[in-house]
Amino acid sequence: MSILDNIPVHIPSSVSTADRAYNTLPLLHEIRHALERLSREGESTILDLRAIPFPPGDEQRLLDYLGTGEVEAQLHALGNSLIRETRYSGVWVVEHKNGDDERVALQIEITSVPAILRAQPEDIEEGLNRLTASLSADVKEDLV
Amino acid sequence: MTDRKAETLGAILRKNGVSRRGFLKFCTTTASLMALPPSWVPTLALALEQARRPSVIWLSFQECTGCTESLTRSHSPSLESLIFDYISLDYHHTLQVASGTAAEAAREQAMHENAGKYLLVVDGSIPLGNPGYSTIAGISNLQMLKETAKGAAAIVAVGNCAAFGGLPKANPNPTGAVSVSDIITDKPIINVSGCPPIPVVITGVLAHYLTFGKLPELDQYNRPKVFFGTSIHDRCYRRPFYDKGLFASTFDDEGAKKGWCLYKLGCKGPMTYNACATAKWNQGTSWPVESGHGCLGCSEPDFWDAGGFYNALSIPIGDVSRNTAYAGAAGLVLGAAAAGLNRKTKAEAVRNHGKVSIDDLEKPS
Ligand code: SF4
Repeated sequence: MSILDNIPVHIPSSVSTADRAYNTLPLLHEIRHALERLSREGESTILDLRAIPFPPGDEQRLLDYLGTGEVEAQLHALGNSLIRETRYSGVWVVEHKNGDDERVALQIEITSVPAILRAQPEDIEEGLNRLTASLSADVKEDLV
Repeated sequence: MTDRKAETLGAILRKNGVSRRGFLKFCTTTASLMALPPSWVPTLALALEQARRPSVIWLSFQECTGCTESLTRSHSPSLESLIFDYISLDYHHTLQVASGTAAEAAREQAMHENAGKYLLVVDGSIPLGNPGYSTIAGISNLQMLKETAKGAAAIVAVGNCAAFGGLPKANPNPTGAVSVSDIITDKPIINVSGCPPIPVVITGVLAHYLTFGKLPELDQYNRPKVFFGTSIHDRCYRRPFYDKGLFASTFDDEGAKKGWCLYKLGCKGPMTYNACATAKWNQGTSWPVESGHGCLGCSEPDFWDAGGFYNALSIPIGDVSRNTAYAGAAGLVLGAAAAGLNRKTKAEAVRNHGKVSIDDLEKPS
């Protein structure tokens, strides 16, 4: 046993909940209200978690509470993004990362489908042009 | 060869194979970076699509290079994309390869070609005591600033030194250091203070300028309100402990371990306006108060001379019951009920932005 072990270092695993101020609870209420608006009026809401002053561990607590639902999608554009429905249908966690795999945005979207998942008119147009061009070129010979 | 400066950002991204979906992701992260509400993303997309790359000249005077260090560690968007896709960084003598007269020629060329349109970024203070205290290629800081400011559309003073004089200006100010706005009075100036400023705040301000072609709304110290609009104290997650009168008295007592308020340990959060509590540092890992140290107030004018980093801004005297909300320092939103403070000093502190010593505060009112 090294003499370093005699130094009494105490690392508390977690701080007692009675002493802590959480943002998780008010945020969950906000999400509930937004979900109610989505259900009754069809109105979508986006919460930007970067703007919320989280105490240590609070963000994870919120994400754990929301859990994982039926849908998970990955987007590969300017780095990876993970779009995940939580166990509350209509509540999505959207995490954007940059090319270095560092998180650049974290949002909770309360909507039927996050806008970023939809194919965009410009991309559809571009895809159509590419497919048309490739079908009229030599490539089609490979297929027949 | 096409002139890249004439191309819009949308065109540059498309040329680089970035899909519309990728562009929307880019807009979402930029809106988040600029502290704009998510509902602004479509407006932002429209503006960014049309944005053209402005020429940027970056001058470094009496500084420690911490501001450039901070920016080059900025993670969103990456510096590379910031430099190569959004701005044309035509002169930055720390980052550019050229030096001496070749570098100065690049500066003069950028000034000439983009007269009246370029964005001037400055870090470091300017010594007025003796021009020889700080020179670049034999040109004094004062002369270079005046010369380069003339044709600038706007100036961004990055860091406490450029914004307010910073460390070089600290008592007794041996070089006669002053801020950019002490010298240039006829140009729009935006102060991005902090020692160093939060990287996403620097890039956020640049992104705002690129997107909207104008400076964001500013506070009384010419700082962008989106980032400097609320005090550290008002966004601090330890605030409920302050409100309940629960303070750490030493760095290793029970209160410190329980994460109580660091006010008695000298936290300057109540008089400091900055975005640390939400933007955080090191890729969002943490920030000073979260790591157990009080805020130093580094985004405020003359914070080096604000009475000692470990002296409390004010000392609440008498018993404060656990559940009584009270306020003792300048700029708090709660009603002041801290008995026994020197009220005259407090009022002055508010006016002078919280420069108050512990001795002043312990004097009877
Ligand atoms: S005094 Fe400092 S630690 Fe305490 S609540 Fe205010 S900012 Fe947070």
